[in-house]
Formats: sequence, C-alpha cells, structure tokens
Amino acid sequence: MFEAIAFYTFSFLTILMFSITVMTSQALYALTAMAAGMIFISAFFFMLSADFLGAIQIIVYTGAVMALYAFGMMFFDTTREVKEKIQNKNIVFVLGTMVALLVVAIFMAPVVSENIHALYPIQEGLGNTEQVGIVLFTKYLIPFELAAIMLLSAMISGIVLAGKKMDNSLTLMADEEIELMQEANEKVNS
Amino acid sequence: MEMLLYTALFSPLVGSLFAALFSTSKKTLIAGVIPSALLFLSFISSAILLTHVLNGETVQVEMMTWMATGNLYIPFGFAVDQVSVTMMMVVTIVSTVVHVYAIGYMDHDAGFNRFFAWLSAFVFSMLILVMSDNFAGLFIGWEGVGLCSWGLIGFWFHKEVATWAANEAFIMNRIADLAMLIGIFLVYWNTGTLQYTEAFAAMPYLDHSIVVMMGVFLFIGAMGKSAQFPLHTWLADAMEGPTPVSALIHAATMVTAGVYLVVRANPMYDLIPEVGIFIASLGAFVAMFAATMALVNRDMKRIIAYSTLSQLGYMFVAAGLGAYWVALFHLMAHAFFKALLFLGAGNVMHAMDDELDPFKMGGLKKSMKWTWIMMTLASVALAGIYPLAGFFSKDLILEVAFVEHHYILYTVLLLTAGLTAFYSFRLVALIFHGEERHLEHGFHPHEAYKFMLWFMAPLGVLAVIAGMVFKSPYFEMVTQLLPRTEYHIHNPVVFWIMTIGTQVFVIAAIAYAYSKYKNAKIDKKTEEGFFYQVLFNQYYIPQFYEEFFVKPYRELSSILWKQVDMKIVDASVDGIANIFYKTGVNTRGMSSGNLSTNLKWMVVGLVILLALAVVFAVIVQNGDAVISVLHDLGAI
Amino acid sequence: MMEIGLSHYLILTTILFSIGLVGVMRRKNLLMLFFATEILLNSVNIGFAAISYYIGDFTGQMFAFFIIAIAASEVAVGLGLLIVWFKRTGNIDLDSMISMKG
Repeated sequence: MFEAIAFYTFSFLTILMFSITVMTSQALYALTAMAAGMIFISAFFFMLSADFLGAIQIIVYTGAVMALYAFGMMFFDTTREVKEKIQNKNIVFVLGTMVALLVVAIFMAPVVSENIHALYPIQEGLGNTEQVGIVLFTKYLIPFELAAIMLLSAMISGIVLAGKKMDNSLTLMADEEIELMQEANEKVNS
Repeated sequence: MEMLLYTALFSPLVGSLFAALFSTSKKTLIAGVIPSALLFLSFISSAILLTHVLNGETVQVEMMTWMATGNLYIPFGFAVDQVSVTMMMVVTIVSTVVHVYAIGYMDHDAGFNRFFAWLSAFVFSMLILVMSDNFAGLFIGWEGVGLCSWGLIGFWFHKEVATWAANEAFIMNRIADLAMLIGIFLVYWNTGTLQYTEAFAAMPYLDHSIVVMMGVFLFIGAMGKSAQFPLHTWLADAMEGPTPVSALIHAATMVTAGVYLVVRANPMYDLIPEVGIFIASLGAFVAMFAATMALVNRDMKRIIAYSTLSQLGYMFVAAGLGAYWVALFHLMAHAFFKALLFLGAGNVMHAMDDELDPFKMGGLKKSMKWTWIMMTLASVALAGIYPLAGFFSKDLILEVAFVEHHYILYTVLLLTAGLTAFYSFRLVALIFHGEERHLEHGFHPHEAYKFMLWFMAPLGVLAVIAGMVFKSPYFEMVTQLLPRTEYHIHNPVVFWIMTIGTQVFVIAAIAYAYSKYKNAKIDKKTEEGFFYQVLFNQYYIPQFYEEFFVKPYRELSSILWKQVDMKIVDASVDGIANIFYKTGVNTRGMSSGNLSTNLKWMVVGLVILLALAVVFAVIVQNGDAVISVLHDLGAI
Repeated sequence: MMEIGLSHYLILTTILFSIGLVGVMRRKNLLMLFFATEILLNSVNIGFAAISYYIGDFTGQMFAFFIIAIAASEVAVGLGLLIVWFKRTGNIDLDSMISMKG
C-alpha cells in the first residue's frame, strides 16, 4: 500500500518535472526542474532497494552534472528567454507517443520476461553496497576500469576544449594557421 | 584438303575486311583488286576441291565447337560434297567475274571501296550457306546473305527508292526467315540434331505430319529467299542496287539459295511427295506469272529480274518433282547466262547514262558490238535453243514434268518457255536493233572497258558449253549424293516431236518478238488494253500489299504508338521517373543540415524499427496462425 | 493496481523516455538538448534498476552505474564542445548549425 502510494507520487512528480524541463521556455526553470527530477528518480532506486545507486544518482547528478550545467548556463547567458522556432509541434508529440506505445508493447510481450534468468542473483544477508562492491570488482572489473579511463579522457577533453586558448582550437583551424602558430611558439621557446 | 576448304571459304572474308579498311576513304583501286584476287584464289581452291570430289573424295571438317549446351551440340562444321562443290563453283566463278567487272562498273562511284567490302562479305556468307554441314550454319549464311543483300540494294542510300527497296527485301526475307527458323526448330526438336546427315537419317522414323510441317516451314523460308509468290515483290524492286549486285546476288547466287535448300533437304522432301507437288505447282505458277509480267515491262533490269523469277520457278518445279539434280543443274546453267545478261545490261546502262527504258535505246549493236553478242548469246541460252546451256537444263525440266505425267505443269512450262523467248528477244531487239532512238534523247553510247568484256567472256563461254559439256560428268558426280533418277522419254517419236516442237515454238516466239519490236512501235491500243495494264502493274500485287498490309499496319502502328506506347508504356516509364524525382524533391528537406530535423527523422526511423520488431514478434509468436490466415487469403 | 510490479516501472520508464524524445525533437537550444538526453539516460536507468530488483539480478544495477558514468562523460565533453562553438559563433541555436548541409 505504502509502496504503491510512493510509486505513484514519485512517478507523478518525475513526469511533471521532466515535462517542465522539456516544455518550459525559461532555461533556469528547466535546469531546476531537471535537478528536482533527478532527485525524485533516486527515490525509485531506494524503493527498488538499490541504495547505492540512489546515492550515486543524487551525488552525480545534483552534485556534479547540475553544477556543470549551471556553470555552462552562466557562461552562455541563457537566463534570458530562449527564442525557439518550433514548427510541427504535433509531429513531435505523435512520434513520442508512438515510441512510448511501441516500447510498452514490446515490454509487455511475454517473450521478454519469460526469457530472463538471473545471472548474478541478489544474495540474502548482505547489504546492497557490499553486494555492488563484490559484483563490480569481480565480474565487472574490466568494464569498471574502462569506465574509469573513459571518465579520465572525458575530463581531459573537457579541459582541453573549454580551456583558455580554445578560441583558436586546433580542430577548427586551417593548416596554415596551425603552422603559423607553431612558428610563433618556437620563437617564444627559443 | 582442309587447307583448300578454308582457303576457299575465308579468302572472301579477308578480302571483305581488307576493303572495309578503306571503306571511308577515297576510292583506291587496290580495295577492288585485292578482294577480286582473293576471290580468284577461292575459285582456284574450289576448282581443286572439285577435282577431288570428282574422284569421289568428299571433305568434312569441324572447325570448332560453336554451341555445346546440354543436348545441343552445334559445331562450325563444313562439308564439301557433290552438291556444295557445285554451288561453290557457281558462286566463286560468278563472283570473281562480277568483282572484276565491278572494278570497271563502279569506277566513278564514291563508294567504290565500301562496295567491295559488302560484295566480298556477301560471297563469304554465301559460301558459309552452301558449305555448312548443318542447319545452324546454313541459317547463319542465310541471314548473312540477307544482310549483305540489304546493304547492296541500298548501296546508293541517298536514293530514297533504293533504301525503300532494300528495306522491303530485308523485311520480306525476315518474314520468310521466321518460318524457316520454325522449320529448323522443328527439325531439332524432333530429331535432336541439326547435322544434315543425322537429321535426315532420323526423319523416316518420324510422324508423317511432322515431316510435312518441317518441309512446309523450310520451304516458306526458301520462298522468301528465292522470291516465290507471294513474297516475290522484293526481287524486282531490288534492281535499284548496282547492276553487278543484281548479277551476283539477285540472279546467280542468293536467290537460288532456296533451291539449294530444297535440293539439300532432298531426303526429307522425298518423304513428303505431296509437299513436293505443291512446290512444283507453285514453281510453275511463278514461272508463268513472272514471265507474263516481263512481257510488258519497260525497265530493262526489271525484265531480267522477272526472268530470274521465272527461271527460279522452273528450278522449283524440278526440285518439287524429285529431280533434284536437274534443279541444281538448271541453277548452275542459269547462274552463268543470267549473270552474263545482267552484266550486259550493266554495260548498256553505263553507255546510256543509267537509262533503263529500252524504248529509248535501239541500234546499239553498232557502238556496243561485244555487249550485243554476249547478251544475245545469253538470251539464246535463256530461251533454250540447242546447243546452249538453257536447252539442256530447261528442256530437261520440261521432260521431267512430262515423264512424271504432270501434263498441266508441262503445258504451263512450255508456254512459259515461249514467253521467255519472247521477252528476252523483245529486250534484245529493243536495245540493239532498229533505229538509234537514243540519239534524240542525247545519249552517246560507248562500249565498256576492255577488261570488263574480257572477264565477261568466261561467262559467255560457260553459257554456251555448260549444258553440252558438263551435263554427263555433272550427272555422274552429283548423283552420288542426290537421287539418281533419269528422265527418258521411251518413245523416240514422242521425244523428237517434243524436242523439235519446243525448239520451233521458241524460235517462233523469238521471230515474233523481233518482228514486233524491231522498230519499237508502241502499240497504243494494246497498251490501253486491260491485260496490258494488269501485267504492267504487276497484277496490282504491290498495290494490293500497300492497301491491305502496309496501310493497315501503319494505321495499327500509329494507334499503338499514340494509345499504347505514349499513354501506357511511356507514361509508366515517365511515372516511375517522376516518382523518384518527386521523392527527391520532397525529401530534400531531410538533408537540410538542420540537426533538429535530422533528429526528428532519426525518431521516425526508430518508430519504424520498433514497429517492425513488434510485427515480427507477433509473426514469430503466432507463426502457424499467420500462415493459415495467409493461406486462406490465397497468398501462399 | 496497488501491487507495484515490473510492468509499472517499465511503463514509467517508457513515459519518461518519450518525454526525453519529445525534448530532443522539440528543443532548438543546444543546452536544452543536453537536458533532454539526460532525461533519456535516466529513464533507462530506472528500467535497469527495476529489472534488477524484480529478476533478482545485479547486472541491471551494474549497467545503471555505467550509464551514469557515460552521462557524466557526455556532459563534460559536450559542454566543452558547446563552449568552443559558442566562442566561434556566439550562439548555440540548433537552427544555426547547418554546416552539415549537403
């Protein structure tokens, strides 16, 4: 009973928040609504007894990602109203609905749920975090390391792209300009 | 031996290709001389082969495999036997003479080199036709000569009449060739082979009606090539080509291919005498029919063309009655004197600046003595006066008809012999005798080049001696292959009455022709007569064809063009193109480079893929039910 | 109705995912587009967690972790690129990005 009430409440809230994110014309509203939506999503994780995932969700999204976006927005000065030319609204919604219906149809098909077997069953008597740790550092060690490398490279690329001198990005310059710049660098070095 | 065969066969091809090298350049004498020399080589090889064949040695070679698929095996096989060697001799002799003659005749023509390319190609095709040892090779040659004939009739392609005649000949021949192809298919279908020997060996065991069908269809093919009624109109129109072409193709060689086919297929026609009777009757009819048209025509070459038609009728009578060797013999003799006649006519045309109406000539024997002699000789041979070639071959056909008790055929042929003599000498009288009417038209006749006359001479000699000298050795040779039937009238009184009677009849016809046309008085009253008009208009057959085949066909074509082609075929093709064009125009927005649009399309793709996933899942889940539903709908 | 099962979560997931898709298609501001992609990723995360819970398997949760990692990387790189673009052109409107026009 309690679970149902919680589920429907959070579902309503999440959908509302995300709808605001998608529909509003104010960037700040969108950001705030999304941050709220992320927190509400973590509630589902707790309900699904994935405590660790819920904690991560709050930390990563509301802590890191939202902060990044907030900085980005400050940078772009998008607090002013974004003028968006939106044509064919209906098409967008029709497509979205169709996708939803189809995916539901696929999920509801008995063939999907019948064929799923537990590979790493949840064990009794261990905490969620402990179990996550066990599985993550045994079976998923290599993906975990790869994810770490991916995050590292993302960090580096973020720094490089948004860095100071990026007003003359190597990726967007012509070959001659790059040569000129190299010559200038050599002069400075010598 | 094989080397000789290949030399005989391929030298004309080499000559043709050589001349073709110069076909677009200016006249070079070498383009005429080399093919002629190569043809002479071919002639020599044929002559040597003839001596071998006379000794009883026949050659059969298989040059290479042409088609080998499943049960079908067709080699490029060539055979030199008694029949084909006869044809080879005829073809090579006449074509050598005609080639050399043409060097002189085409002297001033811009297409001199091209002419020799075509002419030699024709000889090559003709040799393939006669030397092939199977129906497929025969058909190749058959189509080859048809093509070359088209090219040569329409040689002066700037003349609309010439191209029209060329197309007429080609189309008429294609109609007949379709029947011939059906005949060949029948042969293959029922005997499983196209080799003459094997096919003919299998035929006696076939159903009689099947053999009749083969015979009829092959004969329709022969009718087209040999211009038999009702496919005869092209031959007279084909006279638009240069005269050497008429001499070689439309008198001596190609048109006799039909006769050759019947002779070659003699084992088959022996099995179906009723078709033979039909052939003979049609031959006799054409002989008479063509001769009557020749009586009144006022075009020198057309008269000779009708005479050719008439003589082909004679050959078919002989072939149809089973006297194959007689048919072949007349073919040979006819080739010589008819080629001579045509070449003589060519000389006259040259002298008269291409004037063809004999009523505008007359008295040419003074300025063109040798031509006069040779044409008279050829006409006498054609009329069948003893001891020239025509007597032995043509009168033999009369005897065949008599001995076989086909008295109606005999009477028709006898009458035709009289007509032949009449129109031949009408022509000779009009051209060479009487007053020099050409003077008032401002012509200055001159004799042809000496070398042309010299090369016509062998034909003249052959026209004289072919019957007398060659008859018995030819009979001995060719009857090793063909049925050895001799035709003797056992009652000597009847024989002599017949022979002398025929001769007298023919001579009387000649005398009448001379007396009537020596002074070329045009008898107005006769000309306005009904019969004259009917004959002059070729029995109104060309008009009939025009009205009943050409015009309706044109109407039909125009209807099909406007209704079917434009509205259905073109429209559907355009429609398909339009669909793609419109699709392109309308979907141009997709690749505007706008990311938002691209994203939308990506979602559309996602929807489609998901839908497919659902559909396939449903099908897989309810496989049996879906199949049964489709089955009920009749889709499977 | 009161008993919350896997289907409920999956339907919720689908609804959120569709909202994300609508956002992706509708938004012309690049930053908003990033928001929409975050929604897409998160909706999938819920699905994974739900399956993990109802099947009794940890693999779902593991995938959710990796997806969060991917989302973080995406934000880092994406924002970096966005800054470069903004510096070059002065706006981040999708309609102005037509250099891929054929």
